[in-house]
Amino acid sequence: MVAVSSWGRLSNEDHQVQVLADRSAAVAQVRDTTPGICFGNGRSYGDVCLNPGGHLWQTRSLNRFISFDEQNGRLRCEAGVLLRDIQRTFMPRGWMLPVTPGTQLITTGGAIANDVHGKNHHKQGSFGDHVHALRLLRTDGTVLDCNRAGGGADMLKASIGGMGLTGVILDAELQLRAVNSPWLTTDTIPYHSLDEFFELAEQSEHDWEHTVSWIDCLSGSQARGIFLRANHADAAPTGAKAPGRKQLNMPITPPLSLVNGLSLRPFNELYYRLQARKAGAGAAHFEPFSYPLDALQNWNRMYGPRGFYQFQCVVPTADAQPAIAALLNRIRQAGAGSFLAVLKTFGDRPAPGLLSFAMPGATLALDFPNKGAKTLTLLDALDSIVRDCGGRLYAAKDARMPAALFAAGYPDLPDFIQYRDPGISSAMSRRLLGS
Amino acid sequence: MATAPGIPQHIVIIGATSGIAEQCARLWAQQGARQLVLVARNQQKLQSIAQDLQVRNPAAHISCLSTEFTDPLAIKALVDNIVQHGCPDLVLIAHGTLPDQAVCQQDLASNAEALQINGVSPVLFAEAFVPHLLTAGRGTLAVIGSVAGDRGRKSNYVYGAAKGLVTRYVQGLQHRLALAGSAVKAVLVKPGPTDTPMTAHLKQQGAKLASVEEVAASIVKGIQAGKPTVYAPGKWALIMMIIRHLPRVVFNRMDI
Repeated sequence: MVAVSSWGRLSNEDHQVQVLADRSAAVAQVRDTTPGICFGNGRSYGDVCLNPGGHLWQTRSLNRFISFDEQNGRLRCEAGVLLRDIQRTFMPRGWMLPVTPGTQLITTGGAIANDVHGKNHHKQGSFGDHVHALRLLRTDGTVLDCNRAGGGADMLKASIGGMGLTGVILDAELQLRAVNSPWLTTDTIPYHSLDEFFELAEQSEHDWEHTVSWIDCLSGSQARGIFLRANHADAAPTGAKAPGRKQLNMPITPPLSLVNGLSLRPFNELYYRLQARKAGAGAAHFEPFSYPLDALQNWNRMYGPRGFYQFQCVVPTADAQPAIAALLNRIRQAGAGSFLAVLKTFGDRPAPGLLSFAMPGATLALDFPNKGAKTLTLLDALDSIVRDCGGRLYAAKDARMPAALFAAGYPDLPDFIQYRDPGISSAMSRRLLGS
Repeated sequence: MATAPGIPQHIVIIGATSGIAEQCARLWAQQGARQLVLVARNQQKLQSIAQDLQVRNPAAHISCLSTEFTDPLAIKALVDNIVQHGCPDLVLIAHGTLPDQAVCQQDLASNAEALQINGVSPVLFAEAFVPHLLTAGRGTLAVIGSVAGDRGRKSNYVYGAAKGLVTRYVQGLQHRLALAGSAVKAVLVKPGPTDTPMTAHLKQQGAKLASVEEVAASIVKGIQAGKPTVYAPGKWALIMMIIRHLPRVVFNRMDI
């Protein structure tokens, strides 16, 4: 038995870990150790990847490339390949992943099972939009070929965002995009109200591929923040040097959360001022731009031994502004939240998966240090704002949403159930789906 | 792909399906190696590793071979066959198993098998390459030993004894090469406990394991730097110096 935590470090329960290191051997390994759930690189925050007391299929060692077509950018790789490995291998050859989240330290299988999104949803959709095919190992030992065009399209649609419940993804065929350089041209704009944020977001949709904003989570409905937008550059800016790959490490878990009532306000003040000074046009390498926290290993230890909850919701476009204002007001009243709160809009596009998180609207994401009942009460209050406007929470980040909120937010859930693999169960599936 | 001088171009890896060897191969492929010869027992797994390396380095010529790892004649034939296509810049001998010490103590057949595959077999492979490297007058022979070979411990001394045999062999070979004034180098690699499929059960017992990527990076760097002994990661050089020098009265009280 091995004690396993997910990224939020809210639990550290024993699991029976099976290391899947070879696609052909995986068939028998999985068949003989049900019920279980896949565990990739452990970057999801809650219990989507946990199965306390039961089996975990660790996919990190299934990390081989299978084929790459230099002509059309199609990559077939095993499910445990890290997005970072793809980026660093193919960027020098003029290709990169079209969609990545705020960390590249996640597995390809995890990116599909959680249908992750990035800063360019309005242009490129979510990760699942770029999956042509995958091979799915069911726990009865059969391997299903699921293709977007052709056989198994329904199973593919269920597996994209399917929280690992449809089978074990063995490998996938991804579409990479051609790029001319690893550099981005950026524009940084401080904003002083939600009106201003939504106006900036709308204005930027057409001409900018990446849009995101940092928001001061204590500023309430009089929101202030920093809006960042970027496009891929054709060449490195003159004199630019690629960033080093040195990672800092958070070597220990402090006895108390470093993010607390004392540190939050001054940090946000300082951060806002420093970022506001960078206002205007600039250039950035895609790694520090897209994955700033990857430079600090084990940053999740910052929240102390009790761990933290991440809250990420999306609220539909029609009510986005009042709903975000209501959420921010409630968070300010509680004086809680985190240094890095992210507010961005999603584009108006159909989702590739039955349970995909991204939908047209605005998404707010932030961390809350775990203070037990107090934190859960606040999260319940945020839930009701999300529920009332027809929004949803992101399963990849969740450790506590009620099953009713999940069902309300994901109308295709009844359709999804038929695609489940009966030999797969996680703490999350038991909590949200009853088995 | 640009290649710098001193970066191996023609590489042979024995035991290429081992977790450490696979990561080393990726690094060499990414550095622009032109020719990779991979030898392993499990051909299916080896094929998937070869595919991966080919994607990482489309220009490389990659071949997969198989042999009987404990048969001296088969080893000799395989090595003679490999060097027919040119003498490699680098040979990495990486195969091995992690036997269960308790089983080895009770079952002499398992014990013999563990000593064969971890101790005798790597030496036979090395010995088969040496004359060819000497004739070519260049190249590096790197053999994966283990920190376990530095001092016998109750928890894995059968494995430790086999790796100790490898240690003494490489030491002797280094002495021979030095006296012969040959430019051929012999490198002894000593990884600490590493997170690979071979050690999955150790992780179950809560052992702290170094990532295989980190270990491979230390090995590739150490070989390139021409070090005679490469501890991977480097901190094990210090740890094992202390362990080797602990007085017996102290050591024998430690439950390690």
